[in-house]
Amino acid sequence: MRLTTVTLGTSLALGLLASTAAFAVDTTRLAPKDAAFSFQGPFGTYDRGALQRGYQVYKEVCSACHSAQHLAFHNLTEAGGPEFTEAQARALAAAAKVPAEPNDKGETTDDKGAPLMRSATLADHFPSPYPNENAARANNGSALPPDLSMIVKAREGGPQYVYSILTGFGGHAPAGFKVTDGKYYNPYFEGWNISMPPPLKDGTVTYSDGTKATVDQEAHDVVTFLAWASEPKLEERKRFGFGVMVFLVVLAGLLFAAYRRVWKDAH
Amino acid sequence: MSGPSTYNPKSGFERWLDTRLPLPRLLHDTIHTFPTPRNLNIWYTFGGILTFCLAIQIVTGIVLAMHYVANATLAFDSVESIMRDVNYGWLIRYMHSNGASMFFLAVYIHMFRGLYYGSYKAPRELIWIIGVLIYLLMMATAFFGYVLPWGQMSFWGATVITNLFSAIPVVGNHIATWLWGDFAVGDATLNRFFSLHYLLPFIIAAVVGLHIWALHVPGNNNPLGIDVKSPQDTVPFHPYYTVKDAFYLVLFVIFYALFVFYWPDFFGNPDNYQQANPLVTPPDIVPEWYLLPFYAMLRSIPNKLLGVIVMFGAIATLVFIPWLDTSRVRSCRFRPLMKQFFWAFLVACVLLGYCGGQSVDAARFGIPLVWVARIASIYYYVFFWLIMPIVGLIETPKKLPASIAQSVLGDTAAAPAE
Amino acid sequence: MAATTSDAGTRRDFLYVATGAMGAVGLAAIAWPFIDQMNPSTAALALASTEVDLSAVQPGQQVIVKWRGHPLFVRRRTPAEIASAKAVDVNSLPDPLAYNDNLPDNSPATDANRAIKPEWLILIGVCTHLGCTPTVSTPQMPEGDYGGWLCHCHGSQYDTAGRIRKGPAPRNLQVPPYSFLSATRIKVG
Repeated sequence: MRLTTVTLGTSLALGLLASTAAFAVDTTRLAPKDAAFSFQGPFGTYDRGALQRGYQVYKEVCSACHSAQHLAFHNLTEAGGPEFTEAQARALAAAAKVPAEPNDKGETTDDKGAPLMRSATLADHFPSPYPNENAARANNGSALPPDLSMIVKAREGGPQYVYSILTGFGGHAPAGFKVTDGKYYNPYFEGWNISMPPPLKDGTVTYSDGTKATVDQEAHDVVTFLAWASEPKLEERKRFGFGVMVFLVVLAGLLFAAYRRVWKDAH
Repeated sequence: MSGPSTYNPKSGFERWLDTRLPLPRLLHDTIHTFPTPRNLNIWYTFGGILTFCLAIQIVTGIVLAMHYVANATLAFDSVESIMRDVNYGWLIRYMHSNGASMFFLAVYIHMFRGLYYGSYKAPRELIWIIGVLIYLLMMATAFFGYVLPWGQMSFWGATVITNLFSAIPVVGNHIATWLWGDFAVGDATLNRFFSLHYLLPFIIAAVVGLHIWALHVPGNNNPLGIDVKSPQDTVPFHPYYTVKDAFYLVLFVIFYALFVFYWPDFFGNPDNYQQANPLVTPPDIVPEWYLLPFYAMLRSIPNKLLGVIVMFGAIATLVFIPWLDTSRVRSCRFRPLMKQFFWAFLVACVLLGYCGGQSVDAARFGIPLVWVARIASIYYYVFFWLIMPIVGLIETPKKLPASIAQSVLGDTAAAPAE
Repeated sequence: MAATTSDAGTRRDFLYVATGAMGAVGLAAIAWPFIDQMNPSTAALALASTEVDLSAVQPGQQVIVKWRGHPLFVRRRTPAEIASAKAVDVNSLPDPLAYNDNLPDNSPATDANRAIKPEWLILIGVCTHLGCTPTVSTPQMPEGDYGGWLCHCHGSQYDTAGRIRKGPAPRNLQVPPYSFLSATRIKVG
């Protein structure tokens, strides 16, 4: 009897110690994966194909929960971006529904109370999946899916961070770490508990250009698209910058020659 | 050195203008013929660079104000609209945000130059004090400006700094409420910060005018720290220093352009690309890099009121420097002991800046950074209030050269006239 | 030697002139973005074009749509209205020009030059006198004597092709650039 009590007591104590050890696991997020993107570096540009495929991934997967309110449909036709034709962009817009202006009776909702909608035009911004923050939280277990227009600039680690999150699911939580109910294990997210379920699988989308849709490819393409969404002027900026640097270096050379000539007899 | 004007109007129009508004005369005397020591080095070009920075900030700022909306619900979106929709809006915005960092980099180099060469010493005390006033106005302008995009860091940085005023006994809370125009940072605060951010740069421009006017009474100091003794010691400002300043300005602009075009968000914080949320505090609240040393001082003192006093005291200390330094020799080139303490001071400032950017409980090599900040803050005060007075009295300076001309031109120079 | 000095002189001047010129070019180049930023942004330009769905408009009815900050009259004309507009002699009009952005400037104001399809009249609803919005005339509520529009500000009267007939307005109502995307949809601008 006493031996059983001792054994039980020791097991309980050890169990308690083990569970306290769980709280000692450092859940600092892992450093982002070392992914390369075509738009990085002083001469980097966006891969046009990746941008168009990435838009498809955003539209078919992410836009169900994430808004991208700073993007407008006409941005899809602009130079330096996916560069869809105006007809293609108009078709993509028409497939989206945005809240309609008040009708002749001044109503904005129909008989059932649902908001009146109309097809989007090129001037419209991408519609949000939810009308407001509360609706977004109510539909996502009180977590707010962040707007994606600026996500690549709004996170430390930029495109590598977003890529790591998207491809960081599926691992086994280490011993001593228990995943919170309703959340998912992702060691690239601070605290290792992320509210977003893994959004990408092999073949989640079927690319119209025939590219094989692995998780890695889908993540790479959507991150390229999101990087453009954060920085649509990147290509123009680097092009302009190159011209400016060349000009300034030549001007500096001329000024140096002038400086030496002026000061030649002064020393 | 200010002396009688040597301007001679040549055309009829110049004579007509000169008798009614002597602006060409002023420009001639201050920019064209102004006698400037012939030994000024690269560290003396930052005054001109700073004028350029101020002009850039004002021009880009006025243009941004054509598109920016100072309203809590619209501000963040208006900045993104500038970045995406306004023609070249991205360029003007990045010039303005990186221009502010360049402005402070230049001003710190300019101030450290003044400390090293003793430019604050008689008869230039007032130039130094006016300079401290410009620095204060710059910090206020930058603080107001950073709030305007209404990102997470804008909002929470404003909250932290305005909350400091509540540390003042008795009237603190009333002052904080008065600054906010509300019970917390909000739309009322944003609107008045925009108004002040637009106003202060013009006040800075006027004070810069006073700064240059005060400089032109005794004339420039120089790296040797010795007075101008004869015309051989100087050269006319144009063409010698117009071309030299222009060259170093273009080098500076190359450095500036690298950030604007290739690393535009280097000095920024990703959290500021998230719209302000009064209900969610970011894990680490940090101001822009140029305010980090003072932020580190503030956080190194556990008591709120004492922290505020230490921080503002550090800036106020700068005003007294002309009287704290007892040395008869101006330039650290000839002050071997002071030179060491100067470099240690620079290291202390950089350490403070580093500590300010880390989280409060961070540690490196096992040392809690809050203790590094405390030691560096102590050294800051000790440098000005103890080292400067004492070293000036006990130091043996090196032998000063006979004149600037002799130092620059060698023995072949004509002996200075008596 | 004199030759060397003058050579050195021109060489030195050339360097300064070249440097100054380059600096000036740089300033002009960087000035352009600051001027261009005041031009309409891409957001404003995206709204420069509007599409209008014509399917809900009945014959004899007018719909007003906002286009580039102005009211746009989209009017579905009855055969009677078209006939009365065609019957007018262009030379008797106070303003004989078409003011149609889809046609050359000096086109005459025939009814055919005022609408791509006679049934649909698309006009910028700004009175050419001082900018008020004229009121449309319908059989139930006639406005003016010509069956088109009456501007209540100062009494200008337009006919069923939007041409000025009486009153202080100097020009016919402007026809904006537009095209038919389908039988029931137009793109304006």
